[in-house]
Amino acid sequence: MNLFVLLKTVPDTVEELTVAADGKSLDPEWLRFKLSDSDEHALEQAFLLKEKHGGTVTVVALDAPEVEEALFQALAKGADRAVKLTGELGGVQSLAAARLFAGFLKSAGAVGGDALVLLRSQAIDDLEGEIGPFLADLLGMPYLGVVVAVAPGDGGLTVTKEFAGGMRGEFTLPVAAVLGIQAAEKPPRYVPIAKVRAAMKSSTLETVEVTPDSPARFPIEKMYKPEAAGRAEMLEGSPEEVANRLVDLLANQSLI
Amino acid sequence: MTGGPAEPIRPIFWNIHENYPWAEVSQYVLGSLAALLFLWGVYRHFARWRTGKPEAILPAWPVRIRAFIQFALLQGRLASDRYALTMHLAIFLGMCALFIGTALATVDLDVTHLFFGFQFLRGDFYLGFKLVLDLFAAVLLVGLGLAFWRRYALKPERLKTLTHPTFPLDSFYLLAILFLIGTTGLITEALRLAASQPPWAGWSPVGNLLAAAFRPLPEPALRAAHIGVWSVHGLLAFGFIALVPQSKAFHMVSSSVSIFLRNLGAVGALPAGDPAGVATMRDFTWRQLLQFDACTWCGRCQEQCPAYASGMPLSPKDLVLKLDQRLIRGAKPASGGNGAAGAAATLHDGTVGTAELWACTTCRACEEVCPVFIEQPRAIVDLRRYLVSQGTMDKTAQDALNHLNRYGNSFGKSDRMRAKWTQPLVTKIKDARMEPVEYLWFTGDYASYDPRVEDITRKTAELFQLAGLDFGLLYEGERNAGNDLRRVGEEGLFEVLRDKNLQVLEKAQFKHIVTTDPHTYNTLKHEYPWNGNGVTVLHHTEVLDRLLEERRLTPKKRLTGRVTYHDPCYLGRYNGVYDPPRRVLARLGLELVEMPRNRDRSYCCGAGGGRIWMEDVPGIKERPAESRIREVAGLGGVSTLVVSCPKDIAMFRDAVKTTDNEGKIVVKDLAEFVWEAMQG
Amino acid sequence: MADGILILAEHLKGEVADITFEMLCAGRRLADARGVSLRMALVGNEVAALAQQLGLADEVLVVSAPSLEVPAASTVAALLKSLMEKESAGLVLLGGTNATMGVGSILSARTDLPFVSYCKDMKADGADVLVTSQLFGGKILTNVRLPGGRGVVSVSTGSFPADAGRSEKAPPVRNVEVPLEASPVTFRSFIAPPAGDVDITKQDILVALGRGIQTQDNIALGEELAALLGGAVCGSRPVIDQGWLPLTRQVGKSGMTVKPRLYLALGISGAPEHQEGMKDSPMIIAVNTDPGAPIFDVAKYGVVMDLFELVEPLKAAIEAKKAGA
Repeated sequence: MNLFVLLKTVPDTVEELTVAADGKSLDPEWLRFKLSDSDEHALEQAFLLKEKHGGTVTVVALDAPEVEEALFQALAKGADRAVKLTGELGGVQSLAAARLFAGFLKSAGAVGGDALVLLRSQAIDDLEGEIGPFLADLLGMPYLGVVVAVAPGDGGLTVTKEFAGGMRGEFTLPVAAVLGIQAAEKPPRYVPIAKVRAAMKSSTLETVEVTPDSPARFPIEKMYKPEAAGRAEMLEGSPEEVANRLVDLLANQSLI
Repeated sequence: MTGGPAEPIRPIFWNIHENYPWAEVSQYVLGSLAALLFLWGVYRHFARWRTGKPEAILPAWPVRIRAFIQFALLQGRLASDRYALTMHLAIFLGMCALFIGTALATVDLDVTHLFFGFQFLRGDFYLGFKLVLDLFAAVLLVGLGLAFWRRYALKPERLKTLTHPTFPLDSFYLLAILFLIGTTGLITEALRLAASQPPWAGWSPVGNLLAAAFRPLPEPALRAAHIGVWSVHGLLAFGFIALVPQSKAFHMVSSSVSIFLRNLGAVGALPAGDPAGVATMRDFTWRQLLQFDACTWCGRCQEQCPAYASGMPLSPKDLVLKLDQRLIRGAKPASGGNGAAGAAATLHDGTVGTAELWACTTCRACEEVCPVFIEQPRAIVDLRRYLVSQGTMDKTAQDALNHLNRYGNSFGKSDRMRAKWTQPLVTKIKDARMEPVEYLWFTGDYASYDPRVEDITRKTAELFQLAGLDFGLLYEGERNAGNDLRRVGEEGLFEVLRDKNLQVLEKAQFKHIVTTDPHTYNTLKHEYPWNGNGVTVLHHTEVLDRLLEERRLTPKKRLTGRVTYHDPCYLGRYNGVYDPPRRVLARLGLELVEMPRNRDRSYCCGAGGGRIWMEDVPGIKERPAESRIREVAGLGGVSTLVVSCPKDIAMFRDAVKTTDNEGKIVVKDLAEFVWEAMQG
Repeated sequence: MADGILILAEHLKGEVADITFEMLCAGRRLADARGVSLRMALVGNEVAALAQQLGLADEVLVVSAPSLEVPAASTVAALLKSLMEKESAGLVLLGGTNATMGVGSILSARTDLPFVSYCKDMKADGADVLVTSQLFGGKILTNVRLPGGRGVVSVSTGSFPADAGRSEKAPPVRNVEVPLEASPVTFRSFIAPPAGDVDITKQDILVALGRGIQTQDNIALGEELAALLGGAVCGSRPVIDQGWLPLTRQVGKSGMTVKPRLYLALGISGAPEHQEGMKDSPMIIAVNTDPGAPIFDVAKYGVVMDLFELVEPLKAAIEAKKAGA
């Protein structure tokens, strides 16, 4: 299988997110970045497919702080190629990112063949999982998101997608497709630091210079933190005191 | 009564020499054969040890010789079980005496008599010789009797063996054959005494007593019986010797070597190893392989193991024996049938299990009691390194490792929040990154981030401030010291964190390091390269002890009450710090009631070895912390458990709830008591 | 006159989803404020009957075909683009659900219109429309301006009152023929979750367990509490992913949406995906050790405490109350 995994980092919410002075973007001072859970799952799904059906895994990421470690980790986990797309990438939004990935995939000969592209289904900075559908449309490839299982067979793929209420749906599509992976069939594997360091010593990341097109098509007019409106009434005291208070509240509502 | 020589002298092959010369010759032939088989068997074991990786031996011969006498000859580590000590010393010394006796007899006949025409086993010396041997023969048989009784009537749990590296009835065989050798030896002597009736027969009291039963028989019958029993005795003895390397009896050799060549390094300094860990026997070092062979199947390790006691699938004894079996029998062919590919199955394909390896808390209770100095935790960590390299671990453990990598702590909280606990303090603590301090306080993850422990950390800070201690923190520069990373098997991550810490530490100026966390204490003390520049690592209980002694802290009030103290594994068993906390409690006026399992027998809370990051194993009988709380409850009249490790606070406070002791038992850190005493 | 508003109706297996009514509520307000038409696109196979419920719209456009049972995102996007052109619609509202994932992005790319996801609020601002969108797990809000009120907006469930979107009135219905773009993505079948013993959407009282429950063994604590209250246990995604509770007990975007009279959330942080599934419950009580947990934003009462400290006293208090009363 000819697998491509597209990665993009997201802000790490372990740090308090604050709005920058311009009121339109995140304050970069303490901002840290990591791969979203969905990105990790996309990567894991690629490895699972490679282990079961053979082939190669090419990992492509947009340059960002801390993306190099993610790429080396991918190499240590078993990726065959790791590519970093570099350039003036600040503020690149989903459509621009999709265009950059599309450009690379075309030049890598991944279009019109049997290349399967996996990427995140959604992330905290992209709740609709826009990159996948944009990319698919640009390349004229079919797209399916919220994917939780991928099974090659009969010259195509049988893919399972999650709906609401625990319901799932099964779809078939050709191998040359773009899939947004919600969850891999197994949790993302652990790779020991020793292997990552070994990968850092023995492999190099390929870099490809890219030029994003014009910035955001629709600029954010204002970015702000929500007021803590409608917050709960907090109950204080010892566990016994709180328990009694809760029981009284419930009794008042005839819940007990 | 026939007239014999006037002086007592050892008879040369009585009955044999004159009547059955073939037997005399056979004895030498078979004896030599047995010796050769023995040596060959020993060599084979030795060759197997040598398939392991190299490991340097610290010479320190005087230490080693003293240790050999104490632990190998005098069975030092058996002392905790009086019955076992008596029984084993009896057998061991009995066999030693008889062996030496036979050796002397051989020299007497085949060296001095043969070449120099004289015997030394004569006169009073000979009489003494006979007496000693007879008594030791009796001692041997009593010892064996005790052993049979214990194994087959008392049936202690720890003697149950699941895996037999040699063969299933080996334990019975060993006792039985020694018993038979002993009794046939005495009977042979008795028959001779009955027939020859020397005047000094009384100097062989046991044999003489037996001889009384035989005396009525006619001499030809006695002689016939004698050759018979003597032959059986010889065959059994030679058979036993030849089979020693094939049976459990080999521990006489392997255990001695293991004790003599034991690892003299600090127990807190886990030897480095290949990050890829151990997958096959050859990945162990020769010393580790030797240790597996040295195991006597005694089960003391299993008896101490908290994982085993809670019902987890780990028994240190069984693990070692499985490895020994693998060493002796060689690798099985790879599972999947043909094995023609030549790839032997790794140890992880069916010999050792994943849950088994992850169950260990690295508390070292097993290692501490092992009579032959096997390093069980080290083997487990080596095997764990392989699991880590394959990513075979709990999701929660994986998350913890990812957090440690990204944020330098297992909580997944930002590294910038590490010193948030200092905010409520009235007096700001010095930043050791900016100015020199005398004491560098390395707080550790749990003391910094766990909300249950933050308060204790602050109280400790206030105590240091009250005492006028010149101390500082590394603030956000501090990362997890890495002790449990090494024990989990993530060497690479340990190195990354250690290097980050060293970068910050190298720029700071300080004389001592103090920490409230015994895990941090252990690794900073033994696994960080201080290069002999005089840095001492102290635990906060040691510092508080010193401050109280030097009157830099003077309690404003005397505390009263009965408390008990839990010795943390990494402070007590690992580093021998038992007395400073006890002194502190005494100085405060508290009455310390010791738990049955105290000091080096302290019972682990279950957090170590990365277990605090792992999921609970379903269906365990009783968590180690719960067992410990029940132990406290069992003391009667003690409602306070004093601890000195932040993870103990977390583990024991949870266990108080889950054992329904909420409100009955309180868990507090030693520092909290000192702080209380300082409040006017 | 400016372009009208077009809503894509969300429905599954013969039932109109609540989000559709939420969009009707928001769409109606906006359409009235801007003086434009509000149309509903009802796409599927044999779905005309559902049109009756969509009375708040000016008109319901039915596009029906067997291949539209569970259509591919690109097919729906192409269809909507055609409708936009035909019906002069400039603003498309979509439900932010798994089912419509991808439609908004593709439509936005093909029409070169802005796409705003996770919309929590919309309002007219002169000739434009201002959309408030939520990012980073609810920690950041952004306002995006749609010039001329033209764009594609995906509405986050639970942002508008669904009841305000219902109407007794029957709307005009028109069948529309639109060329359908074929897609190699073919729907085969639904896989229903294994039938659970309990339907949590029908429970009056739910005890919800999150990551804070820590181990599978502790689920029993939740079950005991639920039993005492006469309710059932449900969980957030992490608990279901671990296999500690079956899929049918999952509350959230990919699970069930529930509205019990009491939702007792223990050890749940309250990520938006979970909130979507429970925020309309009349009485939400949340227990979490993190005072900053987003669950406290939707809860009525909150307790910052380790749930393990509270469970036993709570059980005791409930038992006492039941015995005393």
